Amino acid sequence: MKIAASEGRSQLDALLRGDLPDGNGRFGPFGGRFAPETLMPALSRLEEAAREFFADAGACEALDGERRQWIGRPTPLTRARGLEKSWGAQVWLKREDLAHTGAHKINNALGQAHLALKLGARRVVAETGAGQHGVAAAAACARVGLPCSVYMGVLDMERQAPNVQRMHQLGAEVVAVDKGDRTLRAATDEAFRTWVADPEGVYYLLGSAVGPHPYPWLVRELQRIIGDEARSQFAEQAGGLPDAVFACVGGGSNAIGLFHAFLGDEEVRIFGVEAGGTGLTPGENAASLSAGRPGVLHGSYSMLLYDDDGQVLETSSISAGLDYPGVGPEHALLQALGRVRYVTADDSEALESLAECCRLEGILPALEPAHAFFAARRWAAENPGKRILIGLSGRGDKDMPTLTAQASW
Amino acid sequence: MPGAERIRRAILEARRPALLPFFSAGHPSAGVFHSILEQLADAGDVVEIGVPFSDPMADGVTIQRASEAALANGVSLEWILRELKAHGDPGAPLVLMSYYNPLLAYGLENLAERCGECHVGGLIVPDLPWEECDSVRELFEVHGVGLVQMVTPATPAKRMRTLCRGSGGFVYAVTVTGVTGGERRVSDEMTAYLQRVGECSTLPVCAGFGVRSAEQVRTLAGVADGVIVGSAVVDCLERGEDPGDFLRSLRT
Repeated sequence: MKIAASEGRSQLDALLRGDLPDGNGRFGPFGGRFAPETLMPALSRLEEAAREFFADAGACEALDGERRQWIGRPTPLTRARGLEKSWGAQVWLKREDLAHTGAHKINNALGQAHLALKLGARRVVAETGAGQHGVAAAAACARVGLPCSVYMGVLDMERQAPNVQRMHQLGAEVVAVDKGDRTLRAATDEAFRTWVADPEGVYYLLGSAVGPHPYPWLVRELQRIIGDEARSQFAEQAGGLPDAVFACVGGGSNAIGLFHAFLGDEEVRIFGVEAGGTGLTPGENAASLSAGRPGVLHGSYSMLLYDDDGQVLETSSISAGLDYPGVGPEHALLQALGRVRYVTADDSEALESLAECCRLEGILPALEPAHAFFAARRWAAENPGKRILIGLSGRGDKDMPTLTAQASW
Repeated sequence: MPGAERIRRAILEARRPALLPFFSAGHPSAGVFHSILEQLADAGDVVEIGVPFSDPMADGVTIQRASEAALANGVSLEWILRELKAHGDPGAPLVLMSYYNPLLAYGLENLAERCGECHVGGLIVPDLPWEECDSVRELFEVHGVGLVQMVTPATPAKRMRTLCRGSGGFVYAVTVTGVTGGERRVSDEMTAYLQRVGECSTLPVCAGFGVRSAEQVRTLAGVADGVIVGSAVVDCLERGEDPGDFLRSLRT
């Protein structure tokens, strides 16, 4: 979907002013609240509680303290000198892999766990794909003292086995979802159902910037710390602003968190990198923005991969965290406005970039951000000598079973 | 007579409470679609036809399974409309129950235009709440098709009045908070809740989610104009039993 230039300008201005999502939870035409009536009162309560939380200086201060002492924020901005030599560019990495539990997911999980307490929830449910959000939710719930159940597709449980063990260790119940596509999408369906069954007692700790309003907004607000930190760290360590910013996009929470701080900087080019899987034929990838069209899944109107009958397509990606047919509505708007460009990197490209980062930087990135590394390298080849910022959203320890299974490894 | 009005009358003129059976089109097989439709239209007063969807997030295991089977059998909204048109008037007004995305993919205007020839007078869209439905409601109203609103025990009083006023054909009163399926006793709270809905609504009120016994139906007769029987009918079809016999057994 494209939005006309004049209207686009005013929508981008509204976004920069903080006026989006609007009163209906819309980012331009995208977003909204396409949820069963049963959840509508719970969604309103959640929005109200979140607004009160962000306006409460004491609550924010307590959360900030936990971010510093428990998550280990601010995470560093690392200059990647090995990659620089190889790419012919200046490269900085925003190290969310060094956040507690090993990925950006903890920023959201901790914030929402505080909200769940405020709302008086008896227990927390969460969905997980790669298992990073599941681990983050399990850890955050343990920290605030709430029981936690994590829904996970059986296919993902196999390929991210180390994270399943970690969740158990952190005291969470892992519920195996053996239906639908047996990955993140089926896990999300099932977590939603649990919430629908008890919207008062259950707090649904959604892990990405997707879902019905207020989630896309709430998750962005909790993740924007990535970009806020990176922007000032970049100014301090490199001076000025990067020429280009890259982040991987599945549901899009780490990307929206990183991008948000730079949206108003017209000179900064921003790229979201989706999972190209094994090809751009429907079913072979998880590139909702690059290969999808507007539709409704899991409570919001956004770009979505579905067939002519409206059935959501199976997706394919080597990275469980990107293996999702939808994407956050704010990304759909940023694409329609032309402010962010969404590109893809396929499975083998991600593997190649993962190996390169290990070899040249001594950092094992997760397969998800490895997609962003590849797109950044491709761009650097066409734009030599530029300053590039990459969101390194998580570490790759969880991917060892997949990497071990790869013949080329 | 507009389709929505035909539904309203069918419920009010039926032996109280009216029975609104549901089945997933294409389940257990596409070949028995017409015979199931006949049986349900014969024993019921309004028939709800489920459009299969890949992600039925408001449904319990029974309807998830039926939806999955229907998709595997190649059923789509286009197929359903074609079959309905070919079938002719089944004798009871029809309501389509679909998640929003298959409707969007089909094209809302196109669908609204075709409802009449397919004997569809109402539409239930579980993931299209009041705040999102204005344009859809108005579009279908032009064609006499009612967009049925759902209310739940957790719906606040003011919102309940808005939803009841804005509904088309009837008001769908979800009797339990939860997904579809499972048996529930008709509690005093449920009776009080249905009375509350009735007081807000000038349209008939039909109770749904978890209705599967004659005893429940008898108890609900005092407080609901109709009962929706979904998962129980689907279970019956899965067992290969006659859904018409089952519906008639609910009247005993």
